[in-house]
Amino acid sequence: MQAVAKYMILIFGDEQQWSAMSPAEQQKIDEGHLAFQAAAGAARLTGAQLQPAPMATSLRADATGRVTTTDGPFLETKEALGGYYLVEADDLDQVIALASKLHEVYAGHSGVEIRPVVDHG
Amino acid sequence: MSAEVAAAVAQAHRRDWAQVFAATAALTRDLDLAEECTQDAYLQALQTWAHSGIPDRPGAWLTTTARNRAMDVLRRESVQRRALPLLVSDTSVPGPEDGLVDDDRLRLVFTCCHPALSRAAQVALTLRLVCGLSTAEVARAFLTREATMAARITRAKKKILGARIPYRVPAPEQLAERVGAVLEVVHLIFTTGHTAPVGAHLIRRDLVDSAIGLARILHLLMPNDAEVSALLALLLLIDARRETRVSAGGRLLLLSEQDRARWDAGLIGEGVGLLTDALRRRPPTRYAVEAAIAAVHAEAPSWPDTDWSEIVALYDVLRQLWPSPVVELNRAVALGLRDGPQAGLEVLAPLLADPALATYSYLSAARADFLRQLHRWTEAAAAYEEALALTDNDVERAFLTERLGEIQTHREARTDEK
Repeated sequence: MQAVAKYMILIFGDEQQWSAMSPAEQQKIDEGHLAFQAAAGAARLTGAQLQPAPMATSLRADATGRVTTTDGPFLETKEALGGYYLVEADDLDQVIALASKLHEVYAGHSGVEIRPVVDHG
Repeated sequence: MSAEVAAAVAQAHRRDWAQVFAATAALTRDLDLAEECTQDAYLQALQTWAHSGIPDRPGAWLTTTARNRAMDVLRRESVQRRALPLLVSDTSVPGPEDGLVDDDRLRLVFTCCHPALSRAAQVALTLRLVCGLSTAEVARAFLTREATMAARITRAKKKILGARIPYRVPAPEQLAERVGAVLEVVHLIFTTGHTAPVGAHLIRRDLVDSAIGLARILHLLMPNDAEVSALLALLLLIDARRETRVSAGGRLLLLSEQDRARWDAGLIGEGVGLLTDALRRRPPTRYAVEAAIAAVHAEAPSWPDTDWSEIVALYDVLRQLWPSPVVELNRAVALGLRDGPQAGLEVLAPLLADPALATYSYLSAARADFLRQLHRWTEAAAAYEEALALTDNDVERAFLTERLGEIQTHREARTDEK
């Protein structure tokens, strides 16, 4: 068994509320990410903020195999995927402790989802 | 096999299963293998103890046997097993500082009640792995098919491995939330057993005993946690009435009808002691207030001599800490006992529109009882019929039917008078 596992931390939220944030709220979000990154250190493998859902392009083929390209995210939900981190950790509790530092967890309209990454190694 | 050996094994199953299983799982880091080895150890106890006598410390014997068996399997299968995912268990992480021992049973309980598992999965895993109930028994308790329950338990075990839910006592900053989840599971197991939702028995003794056993283990391992003490107090104070809740004829007896002389004074004393200790440690929490309500009942000499003002005051605190329609209902009933049935009926009235209580038989039964006391027989009969339609528990149905019969007699008597 590997000593550590990889987890994806997916940050979801209401993009309208994200775009209407006050400077104070924005600052809290920034502080949360700084605290997360400081606590994660080298365990943070990568991470990014995504452009909003209207920038998304989705591909899906019909029964004949013809690919349709559509405007918008794959899943039309009020809460969109806004960003992610890929981290390494010993266990789920470590990731929960890390992810709890993100202010998005507490903002009401947003939250994070933790998904273990399949280990093909 | 002698009855004595069978009884000793059964007792060791009740008392030591959690310890035997948890210690074996700590070794195997594989819940399925630990389950097999623990079960095998109990089977072997039936044979070996019949020949060589019952050991002085049955729990230690069972733990050693289960762990030896596990080591045999691990040696034999080590090559294949290396490829399997194992429980994440890390002894180098220091346990919480506030007097908590790093006990295998505690690790097991926290793993089974991890918030990343659904509540249904937490309850199923806890009953199966910590309390040692069979999958069939767990399925019966929650009115589920055995195959469905087996699948639920398997899925939960897969998630423990796949998401790497650790086999560990949580870190101090996560402890309060985690203890809360564990206590909710214990409370749910108790309430399910205390009034079984369907069937011929009002009480599922195995579930009630499992819940109390769990609460006792938690209290033993976390003696300084006031929430744990309060929950154990609550369960003991309610369970103290167990012998008096059903009449010889199998009818449900109300608190007002129960023979208080037969309440278990030992459990009441223990419960009150635990509650007093919990209240000294921190401001009252949900379980502490519920336990205080049970304690007022336990110490009242009779139903009429119950301190209803105190009960209403405690419900006033409880509705702040734990707002719920059921708390409102219980408060209304207590208020009716303090100020009379008319007052009770008035407080009950707004609850009739609450959708959360729409299928709750106790609301109809409480209303029926106030109407009965006010001699509003026709309305009372309708309310009893409503309550009857809403409960599937045979003992409760028998009680409601008897009350309905009494009302019919009054209605007929009144018709005769006309």
